[in-house]
Amino acid sequence: MSGPIHIRPDETFTLNVGPQHPATHGVLRVKMEMDGEYIVKAETVLGYIHRMHELMGENRTYPQVLPNLSRLDYLGALGYTHGHVLAVERAAGIEVPERAEYIRAITVELNRVASHLFWFGAFVMDLGGFTPLMYAIEDREHILDMLEAVTGSRLTYCYYRFGGLYNDVDDDFIAAARAFIPRMRKSLKKYDALVTGNIIFRKRLEGIGPISAEMCRKYGATGPVARGAGLDFDVRKNEPYSVYPEFDFDVPVYHECDSLARYKVRMDEMEQSLRIIEQGLDKLPDGPIMPKKKPKLIKPPVGDYYQAVETARGSFGIRIVSDGTKNAYRFKLRSPTYSNMSLFDEACEGMMIMDALAMMGSLDLVIPEIDR
Amino acid sequence: MSLTILNALVAVVAAIAFAALNAAYLVWAERRGAGRIQRRPGPNVNGPFGLLQPPADGIKLMTKQLMIPGGADKALFMVAPVLAMAPAITSFVTIPFSETIVARSMDIGVLMIFAFASLGGMAILFAGWGSRNKYGVMASVRAVSQAISYEVPMLITVITIVMMTGTMNLHELATSQAGGMWNWNIVPSLSSPLMPVSFLIFFICSLAETNRAPFDLGEAESELVAGFHTEYGSMGFGLFFMGEYANIVIGASLITILFLGGWDCPLGLFPGVWWFLLKIYLLIFSFIWIRWTFPRTTIYGLLNLSWKILIPISLFNLLLTAGLLKVF
Amino acid sequence: MGAYFSDIFLGLWSLVIGLGITFREFFKPVVTVPYPYKTIKMSERYRGHIELIEDEEGNPKCVACGMCQRACPSGCISLASKSVEYEAEVKGEMKTKKKKVLTKYDLNFTTCSLCGQCVESCSFGAITFSKEYNLASSRKEDFHFDLLNRLKERNS
Repeated sequence: MSGPIHIRPDETFTLNVGPQHPATHGVLRVKMEMDGEYIVKAETVLGYIHRMHELMGENRTYPQVLPNLSRLDYLGALGYTHGHVLAVERAAGIEVPERAEYIRAITVELNRVASHLFWFGAFVMDLGGFTPLMYAIEDREHILDMLEAVTGSRLTYCYYRFGGLYNDVDDDFIAAARAFIPRMRKSLKKYDALVTGNIIFRKRLEGIGPISAEMCRKYGATGPVARGAGLDFDVRKNEPYSVYPEFDFDVPVYHECDSLARYKVRMDEMEQSLRIIEQGLDKLPDGPIMPKKKPKLIKPPVGDYYQAVETARGSFGIRIVSDGTKNAYRFKLRSPTYSNMSLFDEACEGMMIMDALAMMGSLDLVIPEIDR
Repeated sequence: MSLTILNALVAVVAAIAFAALNAAYLVWAERRGAGRIQRRPGPNVNGPFGLLQPPADGIKLMTKQLMIPGGADKALFMVAPVLAMAPAITSFVTIPFSETIVARSMDIGVLMIFAFASLGGMAILFAGWGSRNKYGVMASVRAVSQAISYEVPMLITVITIVMMTGTMNLHELATSQAGGMWNWNIVPSLSSPLMPVSFLIFFICSLAETNRAPFDLGEAESELVAGFHTEYGSMGFGLFFMGEYANIVIGASLITILFLGGWDCPLGLFPGVWWFLLKIYLLIFSFIWIRWTFPRTTIYGLLNLSWKILIPISLFNLLLTAGLLKVF
Repeated sequence: MGAYFSDIFLGLWSLVIGLGITFREFFKPVVTVPYPYKTIKMSERYRGHIELIEDEEGNPKCVACGMCQRACPSGCISLASKSVEYEAEVKGEMKTKKKKVLTKYDLNFTTCSLCGQCVESCSFGAITFSKEYNLASSRKEDFHFDLLNRLKERNS
């Protein structure tokens, strides 16, 4: 294979930020037409890790689908399982005892903090600073150890059941969670000083990757991407579910629309999650964790049921169409990252590749969730 | 006559050995230092404290298959690593380690070192273009513009020092600062009150010239896979790697000689080669420390820093020193 | 003009703060556990692959009802049983009754997702999670566990 590289008449060349790339956090392919360092056109190619979770939802009974939901977004797995369990409970009319609801909220928020910590480490690593990743992973280890002592797994928990939980939490968990909160607050201050205040980091992110509120509405982006653009929408506040109305927390919204705003939204969200965990631990009632009357075989009545929850990446929706049998007729997962990712093609036109990759990092992509 | 030739030969071989040993064991030091900063041990499996890790890496690199991508420009591809390593090692010939330990004391020592440093920039260009890889070309374009932009403030600062001391001979530059900390060039004096600023500018420029973070756009791991040395395996990569560390040692030695008094003791008591080595290694520790703390700058941030901040300040310093030297 | 210099100065100061933080972390102890030389004790509820539980006589508690096999989403469990006749006293008379005895209980760990549906669906308490995490092999067959055999080996 010799000979000159073919230069097109308009002098752009195609750069394949291929499925294997350190920056794309999974198997994502972006075909970019570049003019020097500037991106003229980008086209995202998905589907490299399509594992047919929705079809598996149709071929399996309701309890058998439970492990699948954790594998969608493995970093924030409990949020997705929460959505699924709430949807089936709404469909089949199962009551959840209060203690189970509180424990679900506490563990979901712990998982959200763990997911944001990992995002933080990976994002700063994308920008070239390798150290905050190690600090973030060390903090995350504490959360994972806590959750392992309760559920038995570290990453893909299969902890919630229809009607409640699999295991109850013991006093060790409550003590460890209470000890974790001040420790995490100290770490957040450390990250503030080390990363957020750093002039190099700020110059990398201020004004980079503008995503306006209009673009968010056009593509249906939710979560920190939309909240960094000024849209005040959080499913926990706007369409409350489970036991969230009992908690007192704020939803951070920034209006600058750049990558720094999205970064700050996530850092503030970690602090708010710590507040929720504190309040949850204080208000935790005693009681059973599974309802007394639980159907042996879950066969929801015929109908169309939808439940949206707020995960670390946005609003995750799950739609179950039931035809009265023990398998769902249609099991639709609305993945927040898919909508967040679709605006990348339009948003990165005219940017330099470094800035485009910084913006991609601030969108917090987990590719297996896009491809389901 | 033959004794002089023997002397010269021994000196050159010793310089090369020092450079190579440093390049190999600096890798170890960097990995251990980075590990401790990130609260993990670093290499500690091969040998006590992982000290046998560099020989293990060397054997691994030498026994790997050397692949040349099809369609690559063979001559440029093979020349580039050698061109990255050779100038760094040959620059060691002029560096004085103490009063008596210098391989060859040249009257244009400073000029020679900078001339050879520019050759290193060419090596990156050859590597990127010769590998016929779009990532490589983009990275080498960035790296060359970086190298050119940061040579200018570096040279302006060096001209300031040469003006103050009156000689380009590295040996005399170091002896002119003898006598304790207050004689060193970093201390602001009547004829050059902005010397610490010059030191800072020179420090930043040596970080940029050696392609170290936060200025490592040429290797930008997370964006461009591996930058200009994407296509190099085995010893090609090894030579680039060692060349980078040899350049770091040269940069640290230059900073020591130009600003920190060379082999001089801070209190003027026992000058000797150990002070020189101590100063170099402290500077190298700070290079490592900086690399693992900060993220990478963007290409325009980097060029802005050089052209809009470092060059005006160093030019101002040059004019100020020239004026004040006439007065005092 | 003032903004130019204050920008530079504040920027440099933020860099110095960052350096201070990493310098402090340099002296803190290492977090890594040097794995083969030191191991961590697994938590009580850790989910390793399932194992059969035996009763006082050393026989598995499993009555081969097949609930676990039906509950498993991935079809990892395959069991077989046979009917045995035994004598039992019912209302003073000896009668022949039949019961199922487990003859084979295989777990294909390569498809198991450790969801726990099998453990939860067993109403006899016959299976539980083990604490095995140290499984590494180069052949797929090493992960087709014969749980009945493993039970016998544990007891002998």
